[in-house]
Amino acid sequence: MNYALVAEQFFNGFQLGIILFLMAAGLTLIFGIMDLVNLAHGTLYMFGAFFAATVADLTGSFTWAILLAIPMAMVAGIILEVLVLRTLYVRNHLDQVLATFGLIIFFNELFLVVFGAGGLAIRLPPELQGTTGLGGGVTVPIYRLFIIAMGLVVAIGLYFLVVKTRIGMLIRAGASNREMVGALGIDIKLLYTAVFGLGAALAGFAGMIVAPITQAQSGMGEDVLILAFVVIVIGGIGSIRGAFLASIIVGVIDTMGRSFIDVALLAVMPANAADTAGPAISSMLIYLLMAAILAFKPQGLFPPRGI
Amino acid sequence: MFKKLALLMPVLLIAAGPVEAKEIKIGYVTTLTTPASLLGKQMKLAVEIALDHMNHKMGPLDVKVLFEDDAVNPKQGKQKTEKLLKKDKVDLMAGYIWSHVLGASAPMVLKAGKFFITSNAGHSLYAGKKCHKNFFSAAWENSQTPMAMGELLNRKGVKSLYVMTANYAAGKQMLAGVEATFKGKIIGKDLTPWPSHSDWSAELSKAKAAKPDGIFIFYPGAATAKYLTQYRQAGLDKTIPLYHVFSIDGSNLPLLQKAGLTNVLGTQQTQFWSPDLDNAQNKRFVAEFRKRSGGVYPAFYAAQAYDTMFLIKSGVEGVNGNLKDMDGMRAAMEKADFPSVRGKFRYGKNHFPIQNFYAREVVTDKDGNWTVANRGIVLKDHETPFAKDCKL
Repeated sequence: MNYALVAEQFFNGFQLGIILFLMAAGLTLIFGIMDLVNLAHGTLYMFGAFFAATVADLTGSFTWAILLAIPMAMVAGIILEVLVLRTLYVRNHLDQVLATFGLIIFFNELFLVVFGAGGLAIRLPPELQGTTGLGGGVTVPIYRLFIIAMGLVVAIGLYFLVVKTRIGMLIRAGASNREMVGALGIDIKLLYTAVFGLGAALAGFAGMIVAPITQAQSGMGEDVLILAFVVIVIGGIGSIRGAFLASIIVGVIDTMGRSFIDVALLAVMPANAADTAGPAISSMLIYLLMAAILAFKPQGLFPPRGI
Repeated sequence: MFKKLALLMPVLLIAAGPVEAKEIKIGYVTTLTTPASLLGKQMKLAVEIALDHMNHKMGPLDVKVLFEDDAVNPKQGKQKTEKLLKKDKVDLMAGYIWSHVLGASAPMVLKAGKFFITSNAGHSLYAGKKCHKNFFSAAWENSQTPMAMGELLNRKGVKSLYVMTANYAAGKQMLAGVEATFKGKIIGKDLTPWPSHSDWSAELSKAKAAKPDGIFIFYPGAATAKYLTQYRQAGLDKTIPLYHVFSIDGSNLPLLQKAGLTNVLGTQQTQFWSPDLDNAQNKRFVAEFRKRSGGVYPAFYAAQAYDTMFLIKSGVEGVNGNLKDMDGMRAAMEKADFPSVRGKFRYGKNHFPIQNFYAREVVTDKDGNWTVANRGIVLKDHETPFAKDCKL
């Protein structure tokens, strides 16, 4: 067994988990507090990537790209909430799914027309290029290390926001019992807009820090959206702590599966059968995990307290 | 004035009432949405240039091409094919980038008794067991280009190879192709989900640990830019040479250049054609394409789409516009008697080209644009090994 490779894959999985967390945190809040199934959450991720790529193109600075694109994504999210999503709160989940799916198609095609099929690339500053050693023969791309650091900073910030502030208290209260929060005289409309804006900023941030790896491209949000839904089901809907732990679990299991399943299968079946089964099983792995958790703990691993 | 008259022409024709079929209607399915429209739009432009170059005439018939979008989705490709066949009543079907879309669509066209001409997708089954008298390829069979790659790797002295390909019909056939000719050892392979996969961190770590002499990839279109970005971020550009088929060409090189992915320069690939091939038809095509695309070089997708139109033209001329004479049209097309951008070639009994495959290298042209340059023949007059399974 190559321990350096195992460590490196764990690192890769952890980094994927961080991106998933940024997506899932907003998704779980919006679903848990507002009871809104927002398929267009991936669209906000795409917004972030394209805003950052555009600003980077104009200013030539990656730092400015991130600093300016976060509020831009937040504002875009709030505009979307006020114009479209607000009318959906009273509708049933199927209507919400249809309407937000419509938003996905609309924005994907819009971005295709505006930015072209090739999408936009973000060039990294030289300090973030290349690789660095972590000891023990493990070398990792510096930028992925940067993603993990940024993601952890955001996770800690989010923890303080939710646990230590008044708005955080309202958010937690909303996740536990929506009607009661409204009955106590809290302006639920404003709270919803704030939560949606926060979710949009988180998704946008995920999109912009991933863009230097995968580029900004129309439709980029949908693949990660599916994983984010898996994460919030596993973590427990409405729970930020659950979203964080489930993100890391999903990221690591997915990456480990892609790395070692084919080797493991070779031990139990002939080579050409393993070649076919390997990719199939590794892409199913996290869905199997989700199915198992739904069967044994339908509330998810870490449901928000008070439900 | 002249343009206005031309615009009026269809109106005048309608006003004149129904006349005998003086027109051939061609249904053309390609990808015009999603990031893969990068490829489909090249094909559409090439078809339009071909039509202009033949003055919109095939023999005595006017030509009308109806484009539809498959969105890289077999189900949608099939629906659009059905629409073109039944609603628009096209005379024949052409186009198709993706092997899985072809697999879903071709049976319906062949069952309807129409010609099916693939402009790209080179599904191995249709070159062998499922070959059909009305099925023609203006491109290649999937395994041929990677077979040429295997041979090129042998010549370069590569002993160990790591393969990464997209996990769909064509991706598996690419892997089979390189396995058929490569004499060294394939020490690792990853088939990644297609087209949803966008992060190769796990696969690149595995490849790095395996320490191969080379990495071989098949990732068409816009995916390549992501791959190359991550290849460089993982530091592999300095340690392991990259080889590729159908992944880097005129359709995405401008993007790679804009993203500053200099690690692509000097890497090698194999292909049946090159924009710098020295023949009159190719020069005319490449010059016109670059004029109309703002300097962008045509990719092989465009070259094949252009050839597709001239192949159909040769068939229509062979029967002097009598489209009911399918046997006559088939016989004319089997001769491959038209000016091809790849130069002279002939058809095998399975209606797939028997043709040369070249090594190509990614270079900078004299104006500073990135392109590919021909580095000589790797396989001469090559026929797909699947031809032996064809019972035609």
